[in-house]
Amino acid sequence: MRFDRTPDQEFFRETTVRFLEEQAPVATLRGLRDDPVGAPPGYWRRGAELGWTSLLVGEAHGGGSISGDGLADLTLVAHEFGAHAAPGPLITANVALSALAAAGSDHAATIAAGVAGDARCVWAHGEPAPADRLGTVTCTITPDGDDVVLDGTKRPVEAGAEADAFVVTGATDGGLTQVLVPADAPGVTVTPLTTVDLTRRAAAVAFAGVRLPRSAVVGPLGGAAGPVRRQEQLAAILCAAETTGAMQRSFDLTVEWAFDRYSFGRPLASYQALKHRFADMKVWLEASHAASDAAAAAWSADAPDADARASAAKAYTGEFGAELAHDCVQMHGGIGVTFEHDLHLYLRRITWDRVVYGTPADHRQRLAALLIGEAA
Amino acid sequence: MSAEVDTTTAEPVEDFRARARSFIGANLRAVGRRGRGDFSRHLPDDEELAVVARAREVQRLLWNHDLAGVCVPREYGGLGLTPAHQQALNEELAGYEFPRHLQTPTMSPCMAVLLDFGTHEQKLRHIPAILRGEEIWIQFLSEPSSGSDVAGALTSAVRDGDEWVLNGSKVWSTGAWWSDWALCLARTNWDVPKHRGLTVFMFPIHQPAVEIQRIEMLNGNREFCQEFMTDLRVPDTDRIGEVDQGWTVGIRWMFHERMAMAHNEPVMTWPADGAAGFSGPTVLVDVAREVGRLDDPVARDLIGRSYMTSLVGEPLQRRLAEGMAGGHLSDQAASIARLHGWEVTKAAMTVPFELAGAAGGAWSDADDTLFGLGQGFLVRQAIAIAGGTVEMARNVISERVLGMPREAASDRDVAFRDVPRGPTGRP
Repeated sequence: MRFDRTPDQEFFRETTVRFLEEQAPVATLRGLRDDPVGAPPGYWRRGAELGWTSLLVGEAHGGGSISGDGLADLTLVAHEFGAHAAPGPLITANVALSALAAAGSDHAATIAAGVAGDARCVWAHGEPAPADRLGTVTCTITPDGDDVVLDGTKRPVEAGAEADAFVVTGATDGGLTQVLVPADAPGVTVTPLTTVDLTRRAAAVAFAGVRLPRSAVVGPLGGAAGPVRRQEQLAAILCAAETTGAMQRSFDLTVEWAFDRYSFGRPLASYQALKHRFADMKVWLEASHAASDAAAAAWSADAPDADARASAAKAYTGEFGAELAHDCVQMHGGIGVTFEHDLHLYLRRITWDRVVYGTPADHRQRLAALLIGEAA
Repeated sequence: MSAEVDTTTAEPVEDFRARARSFIGANLRAVGRRGRGDFSRHLPDDEELAVVARAREVQRLLWNHDLAGVCVPREYGGLGLTPAHQQALNEELAGYEFPRHLQTPTMSPCMAVLLDFGTHEQKLRHIPAILRGEEIWIQFLSEPSSGSDVAGALTSAVRDGDEWVLNGSKVWSTGAWWSDWALCLARTNWDVPKHRGLTVFMFPIHQPAVEIQRIEMLNGNREFCQEFMTDLRVPDTDRIGEVDQGWTVGIRWMFHERMAMAHNEPVMTWPADGAAGFSGPTVLVDVAREVGRLDDPVARDLIGRSYMTSLVGEPLQRRLAEGMAGGHLSDQAASIARLHGWEVTKAAMTVPFELAGAAGGAWSDADDTLFGLGQGFLVRQAIAIAGGTVEMARNVISERVLGMPREAASDRDVAFRDVPRGPTGRP
């Protein structure tokens, strides 16, 4: 999270923090463990009223940013989502809304409902193994007269079971196409999955001969490679920002613990063997902040290095977020691996964000390809 | 320094950039990977001296064309411009030679310390000379008995009228044998705790009372030196800062040293593509291509991870600078960049070697991309030691940034002469 937040951004961030502290304190999160939606009733709509869904959607669609840089504003929410292990499909909903808005005015009603929090439209991109490497798309979207036909499976789809509609990425004659698919369209089968996160839900979504009118296509038929790449970057950046928030909270809890916990008559914070590990964690934490914010700025500017910055942020926070979270558990000792302690809430979120929208290994492969100069 | 710049009358950055570009194109030589000078290749002395002479010449050219001392105040011969101007010069220098041998320690920490603590006369005497390439400076800081424990210096300075008499030994001074002036931390009071009995002096190093010996590193590099001062007489007018207050100077000195190592010093000129003497992660691609491993996913994972680590470096430095300037982070947070910088360098010196396979262990003069990769690997830890070890950085981060309890020390609140020194710590 950047240091140079404007007063408006800070007000916006604090409003979200107050809301999360009231609506989703850790006791509530624990109670949502087996809830199918993973959020209190009315929670997402009220979050939408705070601005969680409007930042990447232009004013023409009822959206608008706080600072003029919608992603910079949204990363503040993502950071707090991580720091509070907050419920809600923040990343996938915003990527889907951004995709629809970027494609023009064809899907205004869906955008309006999504921005208001009345309906949930999510991005269905990742596929099951062996097609699970970042950027691999085997679902097909085939033109057929005035229709297109969608076939294939997406898994895991964040908030897939509660979604009203999906933006689905598929292949068309060697190019990419995206379509907007109502969750109740014939041929759509949604199977809820169990996730590592306490409140973030996911599903496997199968599309068997799903027939949609041409008007369901988002952007150009067969020409969506560029937009999809932007969406992959966006999802990676939001994961990185959320992970950084969860790292910050884990670290702060653990530093406090190190001062308060005494062993052999001394606080843990006085042992050099542990102090040096806290120093390493502080480096990972500050570097994660820096990498995430730099990636967000590059995306907003549509800079030439946006791709590399997004992958660097995702790969770095994925690797070192998990290292930091596990080290925080280690510093706590036995209490750190209990359900009773709060640490696992953040470890879970970090772990989830690590595996979706490309693992650290996937993003390292992408970085190598970028450096080599391939149009990967 | 930059705070004093009147941005309404200063030369616009883009005008400055255009001026720098035309100067560079007309006067400087383009260089390749080896031209940047890396740890693996060491030159015979006569070639080394020629390289240093060229560095002085390039510095003089910069001076002649009003491009030297970008962020140094005008009254001391600089241009009095902003870090943004310096950054423009650094960007324009990408791919070209630059006065590498005059940057660190000359510009920073030495000149930076002079700017912070020197008298008006001291600055007038030395800073324009430095900017003209006439004075190369060296740090007399570490001692054989104290590496990380810099304040444990045993070199003594005893007052004799208007002069001081120095005796002792300093070590790890890079290129002292071709340098001109030294900045030296010495003990002036043995009856107070160690931080309260130090004073900083400056003196020319080529004089009979200073003997310079060169140290051969494990890769054959002979740039580091050890010096022995025997009854060296220094006039009191060449004292920097107050008597016994040398640690006040020393703290800033080491702050500048860390900033210099992180290439985060506005008084330094450093091509945007020249971090630490490596040409960055693209060399990894060159090595992998050379050995036919460009399509190997394992090689790509190493390349991607190295690229990731280096991409994080610049935003991290920017964040830390902003955080320190805005009071969000302790001034000691520069140690965070030092520790991350080590990760970047470690990858830069390990991954090419790893990619090269057996060619990392045996090469010929005919090799280019694969030349000397094994030497870089062998000497890798030097980067984790020089300019303050990474262990010291971890102490600083945990104690100064996070506020954790300090390590127990047997030299606190004790007269320095009574501090235990062990068999290697005898003067």
